[in-house]
Amino acid sequence: MANLTLLQAINSALREEMRRDERVIVLGEDVGKNGGVFRATEGLFDEFGAERSVDTPLSESGIIGMSIGMAMYGLRPVPEIQFMDFIYPAFDQIVSEAAKMRYRSGGQYTVPMVIRTPYGGGIRGGHYHSQSAEAYFAHTPGLKVVIPSNPYDAKGLLISAIRDEDPVIFMEPKRLYRSLKGEVPETDYTVPIGKASITRAGKDISVFAYGAMIPICLEAAKKAEEHDIDVEVVDLRSLVPLDIKTIINSVKKTGRAVVVYEAPKTGGFGAEIAAIIAEKAIEYLEGPVLRVAGLDTPFPYTFEHIYMPDSRRVFEAIEKVINF
Amino acid sequence: MISLYKNLFYQSLRIRMVEEKIIEIYPSDKIQSPVHLSIGQEAVAVGICNNLLKTDLLYSSYRSHAYYLAKGANLNKMFAELYGKVTGCGKGKAGSMHLAEKSVGFMGSSAVVASTISHAVGSALASKRLNKNQVCVATFGDGASEEGSYHESLNFASVFKLPVLFVCENNGLAIHSTIDQRHSYKIHEHAKSYNLKSTYIEEGYDFMKINSLISETINEIKLTGLPQVVEIKTYRYKEHVGIGDDHHVPYRSSKDFDNWKSVDPLIQDKTLINEFSEKINAEIEAAVNFAEQSEFPADSELFTDIY
Repeated sequence: MANLTLLQAINSALREEMRRDERVIVLGEDVGKNGGVFRATEGLFDEFGAERSVDTPLSESGIIGMSIGMAMYGLRPVPEIQFMDFIYPAFDQIVSEAAKMRYRSGGQYTVPMVIRTPYGGGIRGGHYHSQSAEAYFAHTPGLKVVIPSNPYDAKGLLISAIRDEDPVIFMEPKRLYRSLKGEVPETDYTVPIGKASITRAGKDISVFAYGAMIPICLEAAKKAEEHDIDVEVVDLRSLVPLDIKTIINSVKKTGRAVVVYEAPKTGGFGAEIAAIIAEKAIEYLEGPVLRVAGLDTPFPYTFEHIYMPDSRRVFEAIEKVINF
Repeated sequence: MISLYKNLFYQSLRIRMVEEKIIEIYPSDKIQSPVHLSIGQEAVAVGICNNLLKTDLLYSSYRSHAYYLAKGANLNKMFAELYGKVTGCGKGKAGSMHLAEKSVGFMGSSAVVASTISHAVGSALASKRLNKNQVCVATFGDGASEEGSYHESLNFASVFKLPVLFVCENNGLAIHSTIDQRHSYKIHEHAKSYNLKSTYIEEGYDFMKINSLISETINEIKLTGLPQVVEIKTYRYKEHVGIGDDHHVPYRSSKDFDNWKSVDPLIQDKTLINEFSEKINAEIEAAVNFAEQSEFPADSELFTDIY
């Protein structure tokens, strides 16, 4: 075991997989010699060389299109999109090509590619270094969407993603890159994609979240405890595939639910969770399902503290549902 | 032994007759997929693919019946795919615009213009890394050269020194827009700015000439490992999508069409047409029959091949 940051856990997963499987290649803007904008690929260039740790032109569409070609050929590319806000030039390649390749070829080709991308606010990055774009990709059948919230899951989920036959959007909460540490095995291990984790067990209300919202929800749960409210925090870990069973079991147990996500509220993934609860467990509900989310504005610079869900807003939603 | 001319003629004629069969069947609605016919452009596909091994990989666009056949993929599976039958190359899920046949290195085609060009570049990078002496080919139309993806792909291939053959089939049309409305550049000249060799050929009906240029080009690519662009002028006989002739629509001239037809061996060489037609017809009838007799995929297939 080593005590690693989330960023170090990512780096460790990449290193382990590149050692284990020579088909694994990392590529992207500045990922090679320089080790990446956040240094997630640091040291890989020295160990694996320019052929497997590839600096590319500044062309997101080209990076992803090329990765698709590599994956169809039989390699396991792990392209990095520097910030998720820069993923849109590659949107067509991701949703039209990678996501549909297996289906439209009648199963002849798969695209085993992991797109790693730092996402989310809380770092004063402004409009284009802060967004949380999971809903677009979760809306596209053929893609998997995975979002870790801690170092242990980050390494185990990334290894699972690299070994997966299908394209995975691997969203890394940059706000947590260096802000928390955790015990991480030094050898390889996997955390299965599609299994939520109950981060904090509780009996009064379920709070569903993922990625950088998990520490905030835990903080809100702590505050709720002072008010004798026993909160269950469920870390979804992957949005596609979604662990519906764990969500529904939790709601059946607590009878109340709050969903927390930092993307704009309207059309966000939290709406999907709320709809699933309504479809499958409405008879267990003792109050409305509330969403605590980002606001329906472009991601703001100056007003970031108002925009981002925080433990106060989460706690207020919890109280409101409890007192319904 | 059959001469090269006869061989290429046979392949080109076979493609044309297959598509003429599609035209014949289409009003019955047995083929429900929109079709983008290659009639007039067959020589390009044949001239390229005659120089490729099964292990050389080819990526194409939605106008890809000609490439599918020229690359050696199975005709029965093509008709079955057009019919949406489970015996099709894509299990009946792909339709005309998304044919793919892995066993012969026909990597696939997409309806989104220019989107498969970068896949060819990625495959070439993989192939180079694994030291395979392979060529990856991207074929696309003149419209695709207007997309960013095309330019990114040329740049990537040149920077990474990858064995990619980019072939632009320039039929001068993006649906109904003519090239003078759309281009501030000449494709083969502009390509040179990416520091790669590019050549141009005007006689897109002449499979012999195309074959010879591509043969030379592929030899050079295999020798140097460097990418090249070839632009081939060609002529789309039919409307952009569908089976009709649209020369009555005033966006192009029927004079050009007449000129093109006057040099098209698939129209002019009646001796060879007569010699080959019967054999090709028999093959086509058998393929159509195969498609007719095949089953539609079970409803449960809707949910397979996604993950």
